[in-house]
Parts: sequence; structure tokens; C-alpha cells
Amino acid sequence: MLIEALLAVTFLSALCVLAAPDEWASRLGSVLSLLPLGGALYLYSTYDGAGNALLQSGSPAFETNIDWFSFGSYVMHWHVGLDGISLPLVVLTTVLTTIAMVSAWTTIEDRQSQFYALLLFTEASLVGVFSALDFFVWFVFWEFVLVPMYLLIAVWGGPRRAYAGIKFFVYTNVASLVLFIGFMLVVFASPVQSLDLAAVAAAVRGGEIQSLYGVSANTITTAAFLALLFGFAVKTALVPVHTWLPDAYTEAPTPVVVVLAGVVTKMGTYSLLRFNVTMFPETTRDFAPLLGVLAVVTVLYGAIVAVSQQDIKRIVAYTSIPSMGFVLLGLVTYTQYGLSGATFQMVSHGLLIAVLFLAVGAIERSTGTRMVDKISGVASEMPVTASVFVAGAFGYMGLPLMSGFAAEFFVFTGSFRAEYANAPLITAVAMFGIVVIAGYLLWTMQRVLFGPLRVDTDASVREVARSDLAPAVVLVLLAVALGVAPDLFMQMIQDSLTSILGGGV
Amino acid sequence: MVELPPLAPQYALGLVALLVLAVDAVWPGDRREDVVGAIAAAGTLVATGLAVWFIWAGTGGDAFSVFDGALMVDNLSLFFTVLVGSVATLVSVASIDYVRGESHVAEYYALVLLATTGMSVLAAANSLATVFIAVELVSLPSYALVAYLKHNQDSVEASLKYFLVGALSSAVMVYGISLVYGATGSLRLPAIAEAVSSEPLGGVFGVGVVMVLGGFLFKTASVPFHFWAPEAYEGAPAPISAFLSSASKAAGFAAAFRVFTVAFPLDAVSGTVNWALLVAVLAAVTMTLGNFAAARQESVKRMLAYSSIGHAGYVLIGLAALSGNADDLVLAGSMTHLFVYGFMNTGAFLFVALAEQWEVGETFEDYRGLAAKAPVASLAMTVFMFSLAGIPVGAGFLSKYFLFASAIDAGFVWLVAIAVVNSALSLYFYSRVVKAMWADSPESEFSLGSTPTALYVAVLAAAVVTVGLLAAFDPVTDTAVSAAHLLLG
Repeated sequence: MLIEALLAVTFLSALCVLAAPDEWASRLGSVLSLLPLGGALYLYSTYDGAGNALLQSGSPAFETNIDWFSFGSYVMHWHVGLDGISLPLVVLTTVLTTIAMVSAWTTIEDRQSQFYALLLFTEASLVGVFSALDFFVWFVFWEFVLVPMYLLIAVWGGPRRAYAGIKFFVYTNVASLVLFIGFMLVVFASPVQSLDLAAVAAAVRGGEIQSLYGVSANTITTAAFLALLFGFAVKTALVPVHTWLPDAYTEAPTPVVVVLAGVVTKMGTYSLLRFNVTMFPETTRDFAPLLGVLAVVTVLYGAIVAVSQQDIKRIVAYTSIPSMGFVLLGLVTYTQYGLSGATFQMVSHGLLIAVLFLAVGAIERSTGTRMVDKISGVASEMPVTASVFVAGAFGYMGLPLMSGFAAEFFVFTGSFRAEYANAPLITAVAMFGIVVIAGYLLWTMQRVLFGPLRVDTDASVREVARSDLAPAVVLVLLAVALGVAPDLFMQMIQDSLTSILGGGV
Repeated sequence: MVELPPLAPQYALGLVALLVLAVDAVWPGDRREDVVGAIAAAGTLVATGLAVWFIWAGTGGDAFSVFDGALMVDNLSLFFTVLVGSVATLVSVASIDYVRGESHVAEYYALVLLATTGMSVLAAANSLATVFIAVELVSLPSYALVAYLKHNQDSVEASLKYFLVGALSSAVMVYGISLVYGATGSLRLPAIAEAVSSEPLGGVFGVGVVMVLGGFLFKTASVPFHFWAPEAYEGAPAPISAFLSSASKAAGFAAAFRVFTVAFPLDAVSGTVNWALLVAVLAAVTMTLGNFAAARQESVKRMLAYSSIGHAGYVLIGLAALSGNADDLVLAGSMTHLFVYGFMNTGAFLFVALAEQWEVGETFEDYRGLAAKAPVASLAMTVFMFSLAGIPVGAGFLSKYFLFASAIDAGFVWLVAIAVVNSALSLYFYSRVVKAMWADSPESEFSLGSTPTALYVAVLAAAVVTVGLLAAFDPVTDTAVSAAHLLLG
């Protein structure tokens, strides 16, 4: 019942904040967001699950499985639970939501109670996505996320917010439709009567898919795999379906982009792991060379396009794309290293990209511009922001003892050993992406942060408020903590991943 | 313990209609309009409550035949009585603000109540004679209600168009009934079925069936008798548009379900006239036409009118799929969709009524920036729009899912494919409303004036039910499944 309690508390908090007057909303929302944060940490501290929740290789923690409602022979189950893959992401969600709320104190001035309520609503839905073990529950929460996210971008965003918001909405909704059809395809073709993810996974892995309307089982499996892949690729923003991302990231206000880049894109990678990789091991292996290439293209494209950007927020936005490429690279390896590295990268990337966006937001507010050529040397006036930016960037490049290092090291180690064709070559090319990322991040920092102070706007540059700095500093500390002690999450992640590799053939 | 008559909800509705007129005649003080509105709302709520109680007590489990089999009280009739009763309650509550200050307020409520009575009788009608009478009992008040704002040219024109098409289709239907009677010698539905299955009937009977179908297509605003709907829904007072597009449509479907499953069972009549195939084609055309036309509208009310046609197309799948290896689930899927649609569509039209009260205009552009002024009502409208589109923020997703999934099981993949494409397209025009309200900035500053409390409450109630059904869908699905099961035996 603990997951239900967590969801209920978060939803109720959202309603409370929605009803509260604007003057209180920021403080009330932030205080209330400590409840889910505390709840998630409590879940973490009492986690007693084992194995993979979808493969029934152990028992998920905090599991509930009851009949929800029925329609004739269709029975909908309320099935939630956490395993080593989902729990870290639930913790990440709650941490980043509180961080986002505190960082919104100074940035969000209009319609505050709605803003904080929608953030809490997003948080609750995200927790639902990560804890759902039934496709129906999962899909409901998956779509739940979309609506507040759209409103948060479209109402509180930058000048082109309406365009960015609707683009995000349309892309992800088309993706949802395709993946829904894809999943239904296997359900109809399998003897499974429910939408339970574990049951469907067992049916697909056990080769129980039958032909449907004269279409062979193989074709159905492949079509479903590709439909799911498409749906999650859009959410993850893999090239070539990434084009919603730069607009949405750039237009969204800083607190929203923290949640959007930090957690919402992880829904895509998490689902890729849960659905494609876990349920369709054979098909994933068949497509591995192709997916590997897709990952490399995503890495290189994002990295190279980022070089040509003049807007630091856009630079960071494009920087986010390669990281998702690394996750995909790790996922298709089917090695313990690759999978755990990819999962760890989801958490690590969530922390680090949030740091970078927070720093960019601070620079923008202080200088009044985001253009690289209009500012330089702000480090002298904004030492904390500059340090945070540097720390985040180095974490991103994979500095040892920060979380990014552990993640990427595992991904590359696993990827080199992957069995699909040309894996070492693909890995080597992908690693080159790191060099590009490091190069332009250093170059950007060199131009913006260091050198003589010069700002081509009327703003008087000074350090931003403590409530803007504290969230970023906390995140840097968390990234370091995870880098020093990856076992905080790594052990449970690996425990849950082992069975994906074990069975399936 | 006193035993209530099985038709208690219908009696309650009819009596309250008379009570409203009586109170109007004798009420001494001022605020007479509000009092009759409150009576109407309470009366419909009581009727709904009675029907819910009957379902809960298991009355509908085995059919109560009333008036020598002319009416039938079973889960189907109770299910739709709950639906039309709830819609009528919402509409009555919303109307308290909407019609305040107009003339003939009591007559307005009396007409709404009489039409509601007709709808719940229609859902129970078990003979072609009672079907026709009930259809007329729904239609005649509806014509008057559409023209209620008689100083408004559009309203009167819409009503005239509605009346002319309605009169024509009534004539078609009654002619069809006479042909069926001529061929089978009976008006009672089970007796018709007996006659049909005992001997093969000729073309006259087939023509009769198609003509009866035409009558129902008019009532449910389906192609090819749909073209009155956009004008009528747009010209009518918005609460009446909500009433007609939700409750009246649902009642029409209820009767169609009963007539076509009980009187014209497919295995017996498909040799003469395969109505399921006809319905399948019409379903595809109806949903496609409705959604494509809705995508091209500039007025929100008109968009909702066309979307209402589109949803009629989805519901028709339930009848069409009976020709498959049908279990009763598809029919139950249609019924659940109508139920959810009743709330989300009523809510959407009532939001339009709210916007009319605020005088913000009726096009998508006019809704710009509304969310900043009225966040809670806009949130409710957002729920309605997304739920209509089939995104799981409301129960619209559930009912669509069940309907489509069971239709696929019945072998109608092609029809579901068309429906899914339509459903995806519909997101475009529904989300336009959301975008206008939340994302776009208004061209000029505007203020909304006072909030009409009753209307506000009705909108919120519809939103709460739409979302709440997502969590507690069991009572609705159980009743629908058992009703369909009972119908198909």
C-alpha cells in the first residue's frame, strides 16, 4: 500500500496547492513536495525487492495486485510495485521535483498556485509510470504526464512557448498512439488475457505469440517491437524524431526543464528497457546492429549540432541528446555492464542535466541574455554559478568520481563486449562523441564564464539568490555521492537486470 | 415495505414536469425561476437515484414487463434512465443561471422534464408503437427547446430545420413501422422476432427495417440524417445542445439497441436485410464525416456538434459488430461509451454555456487566455476535451478502449482501424480548445464579470464524474454488460 499512499499524498498535495492562494503557493508547494521525497526515501531505505519485476525472477517490493474493474471478460488490474530499475527513478523524480520547486521561487511570478500544482501533478504521474506493472496503469499515467507538461511549457514558457508546447504535445501523442497499437498487437496475438506486463513478457519471451489474421507471429512481434521503439524513441528524443526537444527545452522555464530533461525523457529510456529490451530479447538482438548505429547517429548528431549553437540553453538542450544515445547504446549490448550502465546513466543524466539547466537559468536571469557572444567572464561576478556549471559540465564529460563516469564507463565497457556485429567499432565512434561534447562544453565555458567580464545588455551582473543556487549545489553533491558510491543504486539495478540476460533464449 | 412500481423513475419525471408548471402558477414571491429550476434539478436527481437504486437492488436483472409487454424495465432501460436522468440534472442545474431573466422559464423546465420522460420511456419501449410515441415525446419538446431563445434568429432557424428533418424522419419511421407490421402482424418486439424466424419474409419487411433504422439515425444524428445536428446544436441554448447531443442521442441508441437485437435478430433477418452491414458502413462514414468536419470548424460549439456526430459513429460500431462472432461485449462497449460521453460532452457544452454567459465569444480565438481568468473551469474543459479525444485523463479512454477492443475480438479490425485514425485526428481539434485557453494570449484585455454559480457547479460536477469514472468504472461496466447480456439472451 506504500506506493498508493505515495501517489495519493502527491495528488492531494497538488490539489491543496491548486486551491491555495498565489502568495503561499511557492512555499506550500515546496514543503508539500517534501512528503513524496520523504516517502520515496523511505521506500528506498526499506526496499526489500529482488529480481526483475517483469520477469518474475524475484518479488518486486511494495507490490499490490488487485482487480480494478472488469468489462465482461476484460479485467483491468491495479498492479504496481518497484524493483531495482524503477526505484532509483522514483527517487530521482521526487528529488528533482523538489529541486525544481525551490528553483521556481524566483523565476515563476504568474499564476503560481497553478504552476506548483501542475508540477506536483506531474510528479505523481511520473511515480505512477515508474511503479506501474500493468500496461493499463502504465499507459494511464504515461498520458497523465503529458497534459501538465504541455501546460507547463505552453503557459509559463519563453516567447515561442505555444509552438514548443503544441509540438511537444503532438509528437508525444502520436508516439503514444503508435506504441499503444504496437503493444495491443502482441496482446491480441498472445494467449494472455490481461494486460499484466509480467504476463505479456512471459508470453513474448516464451514464444507464445500466434499469428493473427494471417499475419505471421514473427511479423507481429517485429511490428510491435518497432511500434514500441518508435513511441519510446520520440519520448527519448533519439535522432531523427528528436526535433521537439530543442524547442521544448529552450522554451520551457528552468524549473520545468529540470523535470522535463531530468525525468520525463527517462520515461522513454526506462520504457525502452522495460518493454523492448526486457520483453523482446530476440528481436532486440536482431536489431542490435541497427540500434547501435541509431545510437551513434544520435550521439554524433546531437554533439555536432550543439557546437553550432549560439544560445547556451540550446547548447545544453542539444547536449542532452547524445546522452540518450549512450543509454540506447548500453541497452542494446545485452551485457551486464551495458544494461546497468544505461540504467545508471538515466539517473546520473537526470542529475547532471538539471545542474546545467539550473546554471544556464541563473546566468540568463543575471545577464538578461543567453547568447554566447554577448557575455563573457561572468565567473568573476557569479562564482558559485560558474563553479556549479563547471562541475556539471565535467560530470557530463565523465569526470571520475562523479556519477557520469560510472555510467559511461559501464556503458562503454559493456558495449565493447557486445556480441552484435561491429559492436567495438560502433562503440569507438560513440566514444568520439564524448570528445566532441567535452570540446564544446569547455569552449562554451571558456567564452561565457572566464576571461574579462563583458555583458552586452543593461543588466548588472551579480550572483543570483541562494534559493537558486542551493538546488544546483545539492544536485552536484548528489552526483558526486553517486560517483563515489555507485552502489547506492548499482547493486539493486544489477540485481534486477541479471534475469533479462539469463532467460530469453 | 412499500414496493415501488418498476416505472417509478419515469413516473417521477412526468410528475415533476407537472409539478413545475403547477408551482409556476401558484408561487407567490419572487425568485420563481430559481425555484422551478431547483425543483426540476431535484426531480431529475430523484428519478436518477431511483434508477440507480433499482439497478443496485437487482431489479433489472430479470426483465419486468409492464403494460402487457409494451414497456420493459430491465438493466438496459435502467442504465439509460440513469444516464439521461444525470444529464438532465446537470442541464437543469446549469439552466438556473442560463435562462434566468428569460420569459417562460417554467415551461422550459417542463419541456426538459417531459423530454427526459420520453427518453427514459424510449429506453424501455418494447413495442414499435411505444417506440414511436416515445420518440415523439422526446422530439416535440426538443423542437420547442431549440427555439427557446425566440428573439434569436439562429435559434429559430435551427429549430425550423430540426423540425422539418424531424417530421420527415418521423414519417419515414412510422411508414417503416407500418411495413414491418404489415409483414409480421405484430408491433411487440418479441412477437416480431417470432414472426421473422418462423417464415422468410419478403422485401417489404426489409424496406420496413431500413426505414425504422432511418428513424433512429435521425434521433442519434448519424449519417445520412445528421445534417440537422450542427445547426440545431449551434443555434440552441447551450444547455439544450448538451441535453440533445448527450441524452437524446443516448436514448435513441438505447431504443435502437433493443429494437434491432430483439425484434430483428440478425441470424433470422440477415437473409432479407443485412442491417448490420449497412450499419457498419454508416458507422465508418458517420465517424469520418463527423471528425473531419469538426476539424474544420471555427466555432467551438459547432466543433462540438460535429464531434457529437463523430461519437455517434463510434457507438454505431456496437450494432455493426453484432454480425461478427458476437458476444455481447461490443454492445456493452457502446453503452459504456454513451454513458461516459453523456458526462464529458454535457460538460463541454455547459462550458460553452459558461463562456456565453461571460460573453467571451464562440470561436477558438475567443477562448484565448481564458485559463488565466478562470483556471478551474478551464481545467474542467481540458479534462472534457482530452477525455473526448480518448486520452486517459478521463473515462473516455476506457470506454473507447473497451469498445474498440471488443470490436476487434468480434472481427471488425477494419472498422476499428478507421475509428482509431478518427480518434487520433480528433485530438487535433479538441486540443485546439486547450491550446487557445492555456497557451495563447488574448488579443485584448477582457474581464469575465461575475461567475454563474449553478452553471459552474454543473461543469465541475461533470468533470468530477468524468475523472472519477476512471477509478470507479465497475458499476457502469457491470450494468452495461449485464444489460447487453440480457438483451441478447
